[in-house]
Amino acid sequence: MMQDAMVDEWYPVGLFSQLDVNGRKTALMGEPIEVALDAEDRAEVTCGDGRTLPVCVRYGHVWSSLGKPQKDLFAIPEADQPGRRLVDVGVIRVRCSPLRAVENFLDIAHFPFVHTDILGAEPHTEVQDYKVEIRQDEDEVWATQVKFYQPQAAKSASGGITTEYMYRVPAPTCCVLYKTCPPRPGEWDVIALFVQPLAEDLCDVWPWMALFDDVTPMTDLIHFQQTIFLQDRSILENQIPRLLPLDPGMEIPTRADLTSVAYRRWLKRHNYTYGAQLVAQ
Amino acid sequence: MKLYDYVLSPSCYKVRLMAALTRVKLEIRAVDFHPGAEHRGPELMALNPAGSIPILEDGDLILSESAAMLTYLAANAGPEWLGSGAPEETARIQQWLSFAHRLTASLGGARLHEMLLRPGDIGALQAQGIAALRELEAGLVEQGLRGMRFIASDQPTIADIACFPYVALAPDGGIPLAPYPAIRLWSRAIRGLDNFIEMPGIPRLHELKPEPHVEPGEV
Repeated sequence: MMQDAMVDEWYPVGLFSQLDVNGRKTALMGEPIEVALDAEDRAEVTCGDGRTLPVCVRYGHVWSSLGKPQKDLFAIPEADQPGRRLVDVGVIRVRCSPLRAVENFLDIAHFPFVHTDILGAEPHTEVQDYKVEIRQDEDEVWATQVKFYQPQAAKSASGGITTEYMYRVPAPTCCVLYKTCPPRPGEWDVIALFVQPLAEDLCDVWPWMALFDDVTPMTDLIHFQQTIFLQDRSILENQIPRLLPLDPGMEIPTRADLTSVAYRRWLKRHNYTYGAQLVAQ
Repeated sequence: MKLYDYVLSPSCYKVRLMAALTRVKLEIRAVDFHPGAEHRGPELMALNPAGSIPILEDGDLILSESAAMLTYLAANAGPEWLGSGAPEETARIQQWLSFAHRLTASLGGARLHEMLLRPGDIGALQAQGIAALRELEAGLVEQGLRGMRFIASDQPTIADIACFPYVALAPDGGIPLAPYPAIRLWSRAIRGLDNFIEMPGIPRLHELKPEPHVEPGEV
């Protein structure tokens, strides 16, 4: 069997701001690893077998890989844009496939039912047509022109607005969404989900945001995002089958699921199957 | 009244829920419990040397025990939540208020371990949590035989609010509620109360909402 191509990808393994010399024991794709600061205050990741693993520090997090990453970590140019507040939301563990965590983040149709009165509300349940593509040059999944009515789209939104979204999957367990920025029309708020695969059915999720919002206290921004994600958590833990099916037949998508369909297709094309279920092995 | 609050804390939610049910408006001061550990910082340690949240502040009164906060809110705005005053009912309320500490230690501990990676012996926490759930299930079944829907009375009391959040969130700690039919019915009864509010992991009962009415051309 061909080795899973996901082994050469970058994964988040901790918040850089919370690292110390004592280190943090965690896991990556079934391997025990330790993340620590070295004598020069640089992040260092060691594998249970004694190997020193590749490291980079970006978007508030330490990133590593069990294999040999073929390219740099994906770019989020907004992270360096002046005036944005960068929010480390903190880790939340979920007993689900890392791929399911990303897929749920790409779904809009559940907003009125799971994030009621925040990201959606009945009777505004329709997902209008949007565009989905696998961009060949960047090798990323993109969904654009996604529009949805939201009672309280962001902490900085004072009432209901129709929010426009763009979704982007730049790595198999990472997803970046861009949404209408209430205080600054013309710019996009950036909300990302970085998922650390601990096992095929267990992950640590590290939400992160880059927002234009000069008013809301940092803690309220963190609580807002934790509220949203914790509403998803119990749903994710109850999805069956636990692994994400990549072959047709197990689940029947609808038009609103176009992003998910493209994501699954992209995973399969790259042999990104850690956390996936294949009928034909 | 000012509540030092963490949105994911079941103990903080007890106070928010009680305030909503008795229509008391709280001033919320968000505490960065995770990832910031602000509850262990100097400002909050000065208010509450135990280093825990919630903390409820009303003038000179500073409370750090959630049972005391429920009592205070009820005494101020909803005395019926304190029970009828009958000796046996009063004792049952106190019994379950104290019992709630076991739910916090066991189910709450398992939830923190499984969700926010706090240290702990997960096997022991889950076993203690299941033992507490079995006790609550038996208590609710006995109440049912007495013709009462709630844990200490036929009407909801502060004892129900003290026990409800950690029980409802038990699945977050890897403990399913499927084996406890009396607990599930009781949980529905609480979620169906007027002015009930939700928290992440405890959704509202959608089926109790009025049918959404759609104006032609509105969607």
